[in-house]
Amino acid sequence: MASESHAQHDDHHVSYMAIFWWLLALTILEVLAGIPEASPAYPQLLKGALLVIMAVAKAALVALYFMHLKFEKVALGFIAMIPLVLCVFVVLMVLPDF
Amino acid sequence: MSEAAAVDHAHGVEPAETPLTPESWGKLGMWVFLAGDAMSFGTLLAGYAIMRGNSANWPNPTEVLGISLTAFMTFLLICSSVTMVKGLDAIKKGDQEGLVKYMWLTVGGGLIFLALQAYEWTHLINLGLGLAENKWGDSLFGTTFYIITGFHGMHVTGGVIYLAVIAMRGKKGVYSATNWNEVEIAGLYWHFVDLVWILVFTFIYLL
Repeated sequence: MASESHAQHDDHHVSYMAIFWWLLALTILEVLAGIPEASPAYPQLLKGALLVIMAVAKAALVALYFMHLKFEKVALGFIAMIPLVLCVFVVLMVLPDF
Repeated sequence: MSEAAAVDHAHGVEPAETPLTPESWGKLGMWVFLAGDAMSFGTLLAGYAIMRGNSANWPNPTEVLGISLTAFMTFLLICSSVTMVKGLDAIKKGDQEGLVKYMWLTVGGGLIFLALQAYEWTHLINLGLGLAENKWGDSLFGTTFYIITGFHGMHVTGGVIYLAVIAMRGKKGVYSATNWNEVEIAGLYWHFVDLVWILVFTFIYLL
């Protein structure tokens, strides 16, 4: 049984170095997108959207591959998603105060 | 742990199994803890967004905070996540020496991160950014900066201690190709700390 489960784990083997290069590339792109100050040619909304998309992509790579979430039961993914959903909810709840 | 117990443990023989993580309850426990911890970070970041959104004189973070140093700190944590997964891979193949080597490398990455954060804080405090003072604008900028990066730094400190314990237990030969559950669980915590830093770096430093 133990050997079976190990064989299964080997199937799940992903190239960690590939994930590393993705994370590195996205970090460099993030810094390049974050340094220039927002201007009419580079609106704050575009800057924010670029940065948030890249940050979420990096966080997803870490969770899916380094934390093996991709290879776990789907229900465990739901547990991991709860805080994200609640935090979006928190922000939406206070938006009227702006 | 007796050898029989170790073997039983490896086969997942525990009082009852959880369907979510059949191989161990500990892993489910860590995930539930991390979900709660994510709420703490999430509310801190949401609070940050609200204070910043309501502020008339919020400074441009990239001008006050150094980006090159923290970009390097991000790189460092990503590297330490890679050494963490390499360590887990090593012990899954029964390579105890590899595990210990990679665990100490991971601990080293965490320690350098903490040293750089201490340097960064000292530098910023000397420049005049305090918990309640900020010569660049809104004083809440300093408050939120120190609370959020400090909360994360405490997590790194905890992780360094946690992983050092795993490294020392690995050195004693506790883990093997059939008993690496604790290493995997410790890894979950460490990757989470890396994940949170990715978000902190984006929202506090770059945005």
